[in-house]
Amino acid sequence: MRCALALAFGLAGAAAAQDAPLSGYAFMEPATRQLQDDDFLNPAFLLMEQGLALWDQGWPEAPDGARSCRSCHGDVESAMRGVAARYPVFDTLRAGMINLEMRINREIADRMGAAPLDWESQDLLALTILVGHQSRGLPMAIEVDARVQVWVDRGREIHDTRRGQLNLSCASCHQDNWGQKLRGDTISQGQINAFPIFRLTWDGVGSRHRMFTWCMEAIRAEPHAYGSDAYLALETYLAQRGRGLPVETPGVRR
Amino acid sequence: MGAGLHLLSLAGLLLLAAAAGAEDAAGPLTGQPGDPQRGLAIIRDQGRASCLICHTIGSLPDRDQGTLGPPLDGVAAVQDAAQLRQRIVDARRLTPDTIMPPYYATDDLFRVDPRWAGRTIYTAQDVEDVLAFLMTLGG
Repeated sequence: MRCALALAFGLAGAAAAQDAPLSGYAFMEPATRQLQDDDFLNPAFLLMEQGLALWDQGWPEAPDGARSCRSCHGDVESAMRGVAARYPVFDTLRAGMINLEMRINREIADRMGAAPLDWESQDLLALTILVGHQSRGLPMAIEVDARVQVWVDRGREIHDTRRGQLNLSCASCHQDNWGQKLRGDTISQGQINAFPIFRLTWDGVGSRHRMFTWCMEAIRAEPHAYGSDAYLALETYLAQRGRGLPVETPGVRR
Repeated sequence: MGAGLHLLSLAGLLLLAAAAGAEDAAGPLTGQPGDPQRGLAIIRDQGRASCLICHTIGSLPDRDQGTLGPPLDGVAAVQDAAQLRQRIVDARRLTPDTIMPPYYATDDLFRVDPRWAGRTIYTAQDVEDVLAFLMTLGG
């Protein structure tokens, strides 16, 4: 966090985005930063508590009738440390990438025998924040082998492809013009190291895929579906593009 | 020889036709002259994906103007109405890799939200009104 703050003073202009990834934190107004800096002010921390309750809760649908996350994993702090920083990962069952939300949902379906949680449901966001938070301060570092590289490349293509009525790509703004002003807002690099985030615009918490959808709707493009291969590819590319940025989960953004 | 001349004159005719087409596109899009006051209102309207989101017009008091595109102060001194109209209609025809959205074109776009498919950002009259305001920025 302090590191991001220091970097913020070096926002000299758009150059070599990929050489020097900058967290969205660096582009925020001081008041927004303060909300993130103080866990007691950060509205997303309400979901942390909900996540902890879910971690401890027994699932009646589970084979033994009372299994909880904790009964297998123990304390979330030690069990989940560093996990989120490695996501998305290649999943051999699916023969494709899965992100943290999908991994959590697989646990709920396979180990708890329960119905998967809906995308953007408060419960899924709460568990994602709880697990994500255990990587706070650690550098994003997905593992890239030949199988993952295919997804990185596909994600870059999506990132760089113009779309929508406004005919913009992610790269048009977040790579070629970060640091410039869109009305009162400074364009960020579009990094994903703080998700799920509390977004002031939403007055609520949202996932990386919700943000992708929001951006695409803003340029009047047809969004992809939550959990779609297109979003997973984009998420994989962005994780690789922002490699090394400290996880901030749960962040606060404008 | 005769065939060669024929081809040459055909090429000349095609060139003339292309030039005429470009001239048509550069002329007013509507019969109603642009209204600079209405144009100014559009320029300021953030809901219309309009100019001040990306551009700065220093002579306007509006706060938080954009810096993504070049400033528009004095723009009418360096570009004529036809050029400016073309930039608003579809700047890609002048600068293929421009970041500027096409405000009055629907061709060559990808994955347009079905709610906007086949529709332009501006109406023809919007283009003329915005242009009329920009033409007051003579520097």
